[in-house]
Amino acid sequence: MSIDESTAAKVAKLARIKVEEDALPALAQEFNAVLGFIEQLNEVDVEGVEPMVSVTPMRLKRRKDVVTDGDQQDKILSNAPDAREGFFAVPKVVE
Amino acid sequence: MTDLTKLTLAEARDKLRAGDVTSVELTETFLKAIDDADALNAFVHKTPELALERAKAADVRIAQGDAPDMCGLPIGIKDLFCTKGVPSQAASAILEGFKPEYESTISQKLEDSGAVMLGKLNMDEFAMGSSNETSVYGNAINPWRRGNDDAALTPGGSSGGSASAVAADLCLAATGTDTGGSIRQPAAFTGITGIKPTYGRCSRWGVVAFASSLDQAGPMTKDVRDAAIMLEAMCGHDEKDSTSVDLAVPNFEAMLTGDIRGKKIGIPKEYRMDGMPAEIEKLWADGTEMLKAAGAEIVDISLPHTKYALPAYYVIAPAEASSNLARYDGVRYGHRATLAAGDGITEMYEKTRAEGFGHEVQRRVMVGTYVLSAGFYDAYYNRARRVRTLIKQDFENVFAQGIDAILTPATPSAAFGLGEMTDADPIQMYLNDVFTVTVNLAGLPGISVPTGVDSQGLPLGLQLIGRPWEEGDLLNTAYALEQAAGFVAKPGKWW
Repeated sequence: MSIDESTAAKVAKLARIKVEEDALPALAQEFNAVLGFIEQLNEVDVEGVEPMVSVTPMRLKRRKDVVTDGDQQDKILSNAPDAREGFFAVPKVVE
Repeated sequence: MTDLTKLTLAEARDKLRAGDVTSVELTETFLKAIDDADALNAFVHKTPELALERAKAADVRIAQGDAPDMCGLPIGIKDLFCTKGVPSQAASAILEGFKPEYESTISQKLEDSGAVMLGKLNMDEFAMGSSNETSVYGNAINPWRRGNDDAALTPGGSSGGSASAVAADLCLAATGTDTGGSIRQPAAFTGITGIKPTYGRCSRWGVVAFASSLDQAGPMTKDVRDAAIMLEAMCGHDEKDSTSVDLAVPNFEAMLTGDIRGKKIGIPKEYRMDGMPAEIEKLWADGTEMLKAAGAEIVDISLPHTKYALPAYYVIAPAEASSNLARYDGVRYGHRATLAAGDGITEMYEKTRAEGFGHEVQRRVMVGTYVLSAGFYDAYYNRARRVRTLIKQDFENVFAQGIDAILTPATPSAAFGLGEMTDADPIQMYLNDVFTVTVNLAGLPGISVPTGVDSQGLPLGLQLIGRPWEEGDLLNTAYALEQAAGFVAKPGKWW
C-alpha cells in the first residue's frame, strides 16, 4: 500500500494541519516509511483474537450522577486566545 | 561539609528529620545548582519563589514531627504535568503561554506530601521522541560525555530533562512519564533509575495526554530505594481518572530486603536482537549472573510476539495521539494563528496546528489519522489491537509458568550524539524503544537500573519487568541487582 501525494493531502486535511503543496512529496515518503514498517503486522495470525480494549481488566468505578464542580467561567476562559463576554470567540462559522 | 546536591532522597529525608539541614537550605542549594547548569537546558521553567515558599512550609511540618517521607525534598516536574499557575507546555509551541488553573493529581500528591517543586523539566514535544530533540525549548543535554570528547549527547527521551537534571544533581529526583519507554530509556542513558508502574497505578489526570492506553507516570531517581519512596507518594486511586485502580499502595521501601532467593527470573530469547552490540550482550549476561549469584533461578523463556511490538505501537500510539491532540484547535488555550482576511474556522484550525505542532508531532497525528480513517481502521488499527492482545498473552503465559520477573537490556545502545539521527529515517529513532515498548503494550511495571559503563565510559542499564501490581517485588529484585552491580559512576562536571 503506497501513499501518493493526493492521499497525503487528504490525510493532512482530515487532521486539520495545513501542509504546503511543495511539502507533500516528502510527507508522502515519510508516511510510506512508517506504513512500510507497520506492514509487518500482516505476518501475524490474528484469527479469532479479540482486539484489546483495556490493558487492565477492571470494572470501571461508578459514582453518583451529580454535579461535582462548575461555576468557574473565568478560570475556563483565562487561557483562551480570544474570549469575549464570557464566551470563546472564533471566526464566523455560519453565514 | 557534605555536598547536599549529591544526596539521595532517603539520605536527605533522614538529614531533615535529624535536623542536620533544613528544606530551605537544601532548596537554595539546588536553585543555585540549577542556575549554574543552564548549559544542560534541563530546567525550562524555574520556580524559585514557589520552591522557597514550599520549603519553608515543609520545615514547619518537619519540626512538628510526623512529616511524610517526601516532605521538604526538592524535585523537578516534567513539563507534561499541569501545574497551577506555572507554564505547562508539554514542550510544544501550541501551548505557549498556557498556565493551568488546576494541578495534576500526581504533582498535587507530591505537593501534599511536602515535596518542593524546583521547576519544570524539558522533554520531547508531547512526549513524542527518544532524544529530547523535538522540544520547543531546544535539546536537553546529557551531563555524560564520551571520554574526553566534548560532543553533546542526548539524555534520551521523552523525559530527557528529568534524566539530565537527576544525573547532574540539579534535583534529588524528578517525575517522568512513559508511553513506550520514556522513563526507562533516558534513565539508562544517564545512569539513573526509572520505574514505570503498572498501567492504572498512577493517575493520569492533569497529565497532558499522548496515548491514553499506554501513558503512565513514574519517578526518576538516583537509586532503587528512592524510586520506592517516590513511587509510593505518586500512586493511588483517583476518582478523576477512571482507569486509575483502587488498590492499596504498599510501603514499597519496606519491601526492599535484597533477598531474591528462589525467585524465577526469565531471560527472553527474542530480546537477543541481530546486531546487538557486544557490550550490551555482556551487560545482560553479567546481570543474569548477578541475579543467579543472589540466589535467583534463571529460566530461558520465549515471548514470541516481541518483534511485532514496535509496529503495533506505531499504529496504536499515533491513533490515540491523533484523537487526544484534536483538542489543540486554537480556541480554548494556547496558540492561535494570525488569520488572513476571509479565513474561516477551518483555516484557523489548519494554520494554528501547522504553526503550533512540530514536525514529529504532525507526522504522528497524520499517521494516526490515516490508520483510523474509513477503509483502513480494520486493516491497521484493529489488527494492531489484536496483536497487542497476543503480546500481553505472551507475558501472561510466562507469569503463569511461575516467572517472577524478566531481565532484558534497557536500550539497544548507550546515549548517542545529538543530531546523529537527524538524517536517519524515523524508524531508526523508533528502534530505541525496542526493549521497553512491549511493557507499555502489556500494561506491566518495568524498571531500568544502571549496571555498567561502555568502553567510552557511558552508562548502560538493564530492565526488569514485573507482574502486574507487584511493583514492590519488582523493586526488591531491582534492589538486589543494584547491590550486586555496585554502579557508582557519575558524570564529570563540565557545565
